[in-house]
Amino acid sequence: MRTRLWISIVGSLIAAQCFGVFAESSAQTTPKAMASEQSAAAPEDIEAQVNLDVEVFQGFFAKRFSAVEFADYRNGVYALDEASREQWLEIEEFPPYEFSVDDGETLFETPFANGKTYADCFDNGGINIRQNYPFFDETLGEVITLELAINRCRESNGEQPLGYKKGAIASISAYMASTSVDQLMHPEVASDAAFKAYNEGKKFFYSKRGQLNFSCADCHMRVSGLRLRAEVLGPALGQATGFPVYRSKWMELGTLHRRYAGCNKNVRALPFAAQSTEYRNLEYFQSVMSRGLTINGPSARK
Amino acid sequence: MIKINSSSGVSSTGSVAAAPMNAVMPLFAVFAVTLILICLSIQPAVAEEVALSAVQNQGKQLAFERSKGNCLACHQMADGALAGNVGPPLLQMQARFPDRAVLREQIADARIRNPGTIMPPFEAHGILSAEEVDAIVEYLYAL
Ligand code: HEC
Ligand code: HEC
Repeated sequence: MRTRLWISIVGSLIAAQCFGVFAESSAQTTPKAMASEQSAAAPEDIEAQVNLDVEVFQGFFAKRFSAVEFADYRNGVYALDEASREQWLEIEEFPPYEFSVDDGETLFETPFANGKTYADCFDNGGINIRQNYPFFDETLGEVITLELAINRCRESNGEQPLGYKKGAIASISAYMASTSVDQLMHPEVASDAAFKAYNEGKKFFYSKRGQLNFSCADCHMRVSGLRLRAEVLGPALGQATGFPVYRSKWMELGTLHRRYAGCNKNVRALPFAAQSTEYRNLEYFQSVMSRGLTINGPSARK
Repeated sequence: MIKINSSSGVSSTGSVAAAPMNAVMPLFAVFAVTLILICLSIQPAVAEEVALSAVQNQGKQLAFERSKGNCLACHQMADGALAGNVGPPLLQMQARFPDRAVLREQIADARIRNPGTIMPPFEAHGILSAEEVDAIVEYLYAL
């Protein structure tokens, strides 16, 4: 048990250090550590492994951008790019997502046909809870994101599910996030099944994919802060805290999984469906890596 | 103008013996300024004057085009606009890659030289055809 853990820890350290180095093709995965994660592990061991991953991951950014304050990573690329930060701060003074948040509030409060509301589905009436998502549901054995919970709430009340990338779901999610600003993200990985989902997300994050052969880590870690053409690559740390976002390019709100699909398509990889197991596990992994940051969605982005 | 003048003045003071400095200074300054002006006016012309062959031109287009090489995403190249800085600037390619095969391989599949590279394996992944890679190599040799 102990040796397995150590092999796993050392393996993931190596993997984390050489992001993507072992990953040759889209199907291949990076971390050697994966091999030893099949067997059942005690909760303390899982905790230790996850804590170490977080430490290595956040340590990478602390070293790469020593001038950036940890709390600022929730602001995405604007934590790194002085030039566009000013412009962004100006935009945030009259936020382009404001109407959508209002829409979201109205939608959130409008009763379903059966007279119930979203508030009936969530803890604390759905207010100030964004930070509790995503989480691993031990009973269902899967990662539950906020958007998934919104649609399951609808379905359990006899309503049609909403599309996952934009529109009403993004507005409702934006409203719920807006009631949770500055709350701490603290996703737990507390069981074998949760650890498995976490590791799937981790594998996704470090795997090269697409005709252009990039991993998320390639762009958002290895060369983060540098420019692809004129576009500065933002840090992976904090990527899950600010969503949904209003993108000038979209001219509307979009969810995190919409963005995932966009980044997959950019490297000419087949995107997965929004709220697929793959993307939910990825969001779970990303959220665990962003432990200690606070919610600040919705936000404006280029 | 004043800035150029004073700084070139300083550098000429440094390189010339100290004695009749006061008399010589203005002369040097004028000389330096003229030189700089000539350089400034000539430079763009020189850059444009490098005549590209047909295949080099094709290579340049392939290198710049976003849906093809899109090398500018990562590399500064001559007159390419809005270049990124993920990879090193591409210049003096002939001097730095005297062996054509090595340069070609870097584009065809950069993983051979550096397994951990972030540069896409252009030919290996069918992003560019063999002929397209050849054309880009021709263009790079003009840089
Ligand atoms: C070829 C480069 C590239 C790859 C590979 C890539 N991205 Fe991105 N991504 C970008 C760029 C450029 C942006 C826009 C600038 C920014 O916000 O970082 C972006 C933005 C994002 C954002 C929005 C951040 C925000 O604050 O609005 C998320 C989330 C994201 N990427 C996640 C991912 C994930 C997850 C993967 C892997 C599945 C991935 N990206 C792969 C280039 C890439
Ligand atoms: C996503 C980033 C990226 C793209 C796109 C890219 N490169 Fe590169 N390139 C790199 C990096 C990083 C290096 C540094 C060496 C390495 O890691 O392979 C490099 C190295 C090189 C070198 C060697 C330079 C030297 O001084 O050693 C050449 C030549 C080169 N690239 C040509 C190209 C050409 C031609 C294209 C387009 C067809 C291209 N690259 C596209 C990232 C890129």
